[in-house]
Amino acid sequence: MSEHIVPLKVYFTVFSALMICTALTVFAAELDLNAYFSGLNIIVALVIASFKASLVVLYFMHLRYSPKRTQLVIAASVFWLAIMLLMTMSDYISRPWS
Amino acid sequence: MHRTGELYGQFKTIEQQRETSTLGMWIFLATEVLFFGGLFTTYTVNRAIHPVEFAEASKTIKLSLGAVNTVVLIASSLTMAMAVWSSQLGKKKLITVFLIATLILGSVFLGIKGIEYHEKFVEHHVPGLNFSFEPGASVDMNAHAQLFFSLYFGMTGLHALHMIIGAGLLIWLIKESLKGRFTPLYNTPVENVGLYWHFVDIVWIYLFPLLYLIDRHK
Repeated sequence: MSEHIVPLKVYFTVFSALMICTALTVFAAELDLNAYFSGLNIIVALVIASFKASLVVLYFMHLRYSPKRTQLVIAASVFWLAIMLLMTMSDYISRPWS
Repeated sequence: MHRTGELYGQFKTIEQQRETSTLGMWIFLATEVLFFGGLFTTYTVNRAIHPVEFAEASKTIKLSLGAVNTVVLIASSLTMAMAVWSSQLGKKKLITVFLIATLILGSVFLGIKGIEYHEKFVEHHVPGLNFSFEPGASVDMNAHAQLFFSLYFGMTGLHALHMIIGAGLLIWLIKESLKGRFTPLYNTPVENVGLYWHFVDIVWIYLFPLLYLIDRHK
């Protein structure tokens, strides 16, 4: 078994998708989405950013074609980051005295 | 150490050797996720406490420079991916070409970042150095805008430091690729520097909306 070589076409498609998403996120930021739902602007921005990051990880960084143990390392790093963010924020947003 | 061609003695196959080094790189990147994660957490906490001041401060950053930089950095990720692709196929000249293209795009990014920093310096928006937010801003506004800019410079500065280290690594790769060092059997340095470069790109993909975008409306 040799390493997987991603066809150039895939790289160009991913690049185009990343450009479109960048334009989309700038466009969405100018709209007042918070009028519909409080915090929607941030949610939309982060969803687009996460989609872009996933494309980079899956195709540019070859995660899609990587062994399971490599995928586990990445899943673990995201999990630990989530622990840090969620535990910290659950403290801060539940402090009635501050 | 015993070595047969490109295969070092402790490995059975080239495949195993490559997967081992890539796994090591990913574990390093996992520690980098948490390294930047600390700053992202600090940002989240402070933004939750001072949303209004953060919004005002964020609006003073030029959106156009950040957007152009996003495009430049994603383009550099594409050329980096193509350098790895060239090394997998043994196209020795193309490896050098794409590595140089990546280095140029990375330098453009840092140049634009420099212009942005200069503007903030002129506007007295650099924390600690005669910081003063807009004229007539309240003491509270001033203090919390300063907090935003501390995070802005801390996060983009750490990101830029990673870019500078990445540029150094690229220069080393270009030197090695000119010697014809990278072949389909041995291209681990290109692949691993590629992973690092894409990681730095991902950090920016999150920094861009968080620092430049989320308070543009209104």
